[in-house]
Amino acid sequence: MTDDPAPAQPPNPPAAEYLAVQASPEFQELRRTLRRFVFPTTAFFLIWYATYVLLGAFAHDFMATKVWGNINVGLLLGLAQFLTTFLITGLYIRFANRKLDPRAAAIRAEMHWAEQ
Amino acid sequence: MNRTTVLAAAGQLGNPAINIGIFVAFVIVTLAIVIRVSRRNTNATEYFTGGHAFTGRQNGIAIAGDYLSAASFLGIAGAIAVYGYDGFLYSIGFLVAWLVALLLVAELLRNTGKFTMADVLSFRLKQKPVRLAAAISTMTVSLFYLLAQMAGAGGLVALLLDINSRFAQSIVIAIVGVLMIIYVLIGGMAGTTWVQIIKAVLLIAGAGFMTVLVLAKFGMNISEILGRAQQMVSESATQGVSSRDVLAPGAQYGTSTTSKINLLSLGIALVLGTAGLPHVLMRFYTVPTAKEARRSVVWAIGLIGAFYLFTLILGYGAAALVGPDTILKAPGGQNSAAPLLAFELGGTILLGVISAVAFATILAVVAGLTITASASFAHDVYASVLKSHQVTEDEQMRVSRITAVVLGVLAIGLGILANGQNVAFLVALAFAVAASANLPTIVYSLYWRRFNTRGALWSMYGGLISCIVLIVFSPAVSGSKTAMIPGADFQWFPLSNPGIVSIPLAFLLGIVGTVTSRDTGDPALNAEMEVRSLTGVGAEKATHH
Repeated sequence: MTDDPAPAQPPNPPAAEYLAVQASPEFQELRRTLRRFVFPTTAFFLIWYATYVLLGAFAHDFMATKVWGNINVGLLLGLAQFLTTFLITGLYIRFANRKLDPRAAAIRAEMHWAEQ
Repeated sequence: MNRTTVLAAAGQLGNPAINIGIFVAFVIVTLAIVIRVSRRNTNATEYFTGGHAFTGRQNGIAIAGDYLSAASFLGIAGAIAVYGYDGFLYSIGFLVAWLVALLLVAELLRNTGKFTMADVLSFRLKQKPVRLAAAISTMTVSLFYLLAQMAGAGGLVALLLDINSRFAQSIVIAIVGVLMIIYVLIGGMAGTTWVQIIKAVLLIAGAGFMTVLVLAKFGMNISEILGRAQQMVSESATQGVSSRDVLAPGAQYGTSTTSKINLLSLGIALVLGTAGLPHVLMRFYTVPTAKEARRSVVWAIGLIGAFYLFTLILGYGAAALVGPDTILKAPGGQNSAAPLLAFELGGTILLGVISAVAFATILAVVAGLTITASASFAHDVYASVLKSHQVTEDEQMRVSRITAVVLGVLAIGLGILANGQNVAFLVALAFAVAASANLPTIVYSLYWRRFNTRGALWSMYGGLISCIVLIVFSPAVSGSKTAMIPGADFQWFPLSNPGIVSIPLAFLLGIVGTVTSRDTGDPALNAEMEVRSLTGVGAEKATHH
């Protein structure tokens, strides 16, 4: 639905080829693999973060519970947010390298015009 | 340390000549690099993206440089020193937000676009209206962010050069603005990226070094730092400070239901804002492939995470070693916690180094923002909307450079107005605008095939306008002593951060706009965008190595 030409791009395959690739089982598989990882993981970390912020806003006494010396639950939960962020990053990298990159490369290779 | 001597020192902190000397050295070295790099700026791809030729690691460090603004260093350390735990909440939001960028946005964006955020948003929608909306929101977010950096510059200068008159501070803000314009005009994206990389290394190393010094003072015992920080706060003579429990949440956002909801609102804006920040998104175009874009986010998350752990120690360390009274009385207020701590730990030299780094931070971030906003104006508004792509790339670069100058002047003016506000708070407003105006449309256009032009326009304009209106009528702008316009009172919206209202509204408007329009888009373009975004077919290649 463009009303003017898109900016100059590298030589493009015809629209028909994109439609064919989009409909191909290989592409559908790639798409499904990506979404099956990305959507639940996003939901998980957003809920975990929201829980943490809600506790921070409304459960001051709970967060102030001392665990060891002056270190309290709030501080530990905050550090746990750091930990899960690093962990999810690591898991995603492993997933993307193993499951996404080979599939994407295979599709690229089949689109004959694409890589020179 | 005796409190009165610290206070005396705060008036005339360190040696202004040394502070200026170290900063000038940074400017000379980076300018030399920028000039060297700029020889390659012969076409628009080089100027706007550095030829897509940076490695993932280089770009990741540059992202950290872009992201760890004065807000992170001065603002968060200051907020932790004065309010304790509530300042830490900023760090966590700023960090977790990177998962949104990593999982949902970075790679697909790199595969689909060329220079700007609008390239992706307008890919399968009506070019002109969507590009215009994306450019307007890019420039708005960048301006808010610029404002925060300039405000930080003012406070920092007040402290370091012992300049207390607002007029003299304003002149220094103007100098920062002029320097940033020079970097962008000469260096383009490649030059700006190198400035970010140098600055990120200096900043993270400096913060790390200070963290080690603080830990060493307390025998590596974090619990002792916390205990001492709480003790200093409890003994504070400043009104309202001594009753704070700085180890638990609630000191800043805990007194009423409104302030608790305000914290929630802030939290939402922080976590959803990053992946909508145009100057962060544009960084993904400086690498050759999606895989390198992924690698850059990983580097960024590692560096940013480490840095925020440092600021936690630095913030409590500043409370413990300098004390909230001294910090609040210093010129620059909260924002001066980190420099004061540096002086306490390492005297004049460390203060000079840390201040020069903080100053460099502001300069680098400001340059990054300026190139993003000016690229968006030249590429999206001028070339696409006004001239229907009938312009040469040289013309785009020329327009972009003029825009950079205009933005620089605008930022100087606004920075003078915002001088003295907490910079972390101001940056949080930029995040709210980014999360409201940009993120919904980015996510929908990458993941929802049915999404169409009306949905995009409603979401972008709805998010942008609601966010700005709520900010204007919030307690941040008027109606309180700490507001931007303290004399006036036209406030009716109770929250100082509008995210909790404007972000869901923008997501909703995207859905409503889409389903009420019969426009189902062009299946061929939809297919092209989806295939390209997921596989990297036809993506822009690196132009040199």
